[in-house]
Amino acid sequence: MLDDFFFRAVLGGIGVALVAGPLGCIIIWRRLAYFGDTLSHSALLGIALALLFDINVTLAVFGISVAVSMLLIVLQRRASLSSDALLGMLAHSSLAIGLVVLAFMTWVRVDLMGFLFGDILAITPLDLAIIWGGGISVLAVVFIIWRSLFAATVSYEIATAEGLSPDHANFIFMIMMAGVIAISMKIVGVLLITALLIIPAATARRLSSSPEQMAIFSSIIGLISVWGGLLGSLEWDIPAGPSIVVAALICFVLSVMPIPKRQRSR
Amino acid sequence: MSVLKEPEMLVSLENAGISRSDRWLVRGVSMSVSAGEIVTLIGPNGSGKSTTAKLTLGLLQPDEGTAYRKPHLNVGYVPQKLDLNWTLPLSVNRFLQLTNRASRAQINDALASTDTLHLANAQMSNLSGGEFQRVLLARAILRAPDFLVLDEPVQGVDSNGELALFSLIENIRNTLNCGVLLISHNLHIVMATTDRVICLNGHVCCSGSPANVASSAAFKSLFGEHATSGLAFYEHNHDHEHLPDGRIHHNARTGGEENIDA
Repeated sequence: MLDDFFFRAVLGGIGVALVAGPLGCIIIWRRLAYFGDTLSHSALLGIALALLFDINVTLAVFGISVAVSMLLIVLQRRASLSSDALLGMLAHSSLAIGLVVLAFMTWVRVDLMGFLFGDILAITPLDLAIIWGGGISVLAVVFIIWRSLFAATVSYEIATAEGLSPDHANFIFMIMMAGVIAISMKIVGVLLITALLIIPAATARRLSSSPEQMAIFSSIIGLISVWGGLLGSLEWDIPAGPSIVVAALICFVLSVMPIPKRQRSR
Repeated sequence: MSVLKEPEMLVSLENAGISRSDRWLVRGVSMSVSAGEIVTLIGPNGSGKSTTAKLTLGLLQPDEGTAYRKPHLNVGYVPQKLDLNWTLPLSVNRFLQLTNRASRAQINDALASTDTLHLANAQMSNLSGGEFQRVLLARAILRAPDFLVLDEPVQGVDSNGELALFSLIENIRNTLNCGVLLISHNLHIVMATTDRVICLNGHVCCSGSPANVASSAAFKSLFGEHATSGLAFYEHNHDHEHLPDGRIHHNARTGGEENIDA
């Protein structure tokens, strides 16, 4: 049964899954899972500010994510704390500030659950335009900087010595991450965005023999998860976000199953 | 710039130093590599060989002195170690094209020259230490660099392979006319293949042609005792001080800088 809202949800979910594929791979290769978590936690602060100043939520979340990324870069250079401690601090303090700001705004009634776990009913045509417009832009940029980004993932020193300016690529990558967090929020919710980035990429790892293949496969697996998850959400009346993540997990479990020898990549 | 047959200078360090937490990793290093020249850095562990190489590559910025690199220099770099994340599905073919595109024929030539053609489709994670090292070298060669930096390129390679790799490096220099900066522990082979040796121990202890350096007192004090006793301890560390103009002032009998060719 393809109700109008459901069609929009599927379209939005597919847009998000396509972008999450390649970025999720970079996150796995660079061991940045916690960075994704930090950005998505800070998204709640973006939501609070959007409600406070009455601006577009996606835009506000994007802005806050970029700000948190930049703050992280500055803190990594200045502070004598390890990256994971800094990330944990940023993640939870921005989440807390977001909740405090929301609590002060007694005049707005917020469906917090919708933001935390995704809300397919809330996807408007404008959201779709933002998801696809933003998603295609992110994919295009990632495509352009892919060689530098990947080379810097393998060896920052080789990439620098051989003139690929990986610092630029890394900086752009952080902004693209902020973009993905912002557009994924409505589909899977703040708490589960990292799962949508990581689980499809982890699933693709078993099936791929080249980095580009892994990026494409994780987009496809993300797409299947979104489709399956949304169907389940509609069927059993469960929140969309968790449903999509469970579908992704099922894909992962299937990929870990033994596969016939002839199909196994070297 | 070069009027006659003066080879073009690719990189040079002028009295360069790097300090970290109030300690000088290297200081007062002056050296250069020109096109068609093989320069070898030798010295004990922690003497600043890799640091010096990184200065020439622009991976580190000197805290004092200057580092010059010819603009748009095409560099090939084999780092001392490369820790690959094994969640990366990365074939040898793809790894060779890490920083630049290449045709199938170019890739095969580069692999063949390091005797690794049979590994073209293997995953990097399945290579042995020696194979990995050869593939690293093949990747650097594939770029047809003007300036090739090899930080201990023969680790884990057996001794026959080692000889072959050093003659390969000479061949590359001859065909590409590139400058090569080599860091190596194998003194015997280094002496046979290199044009100029720079002996480092936090600063340039001595430099010159291999034969001259090998017979110098500073070199013997660095490597002679080391080779016989196996003791990685050097007495002449603090037997001299660095003058503001970059020269070394001696206040003991051994060590210090000797420029043998001068």
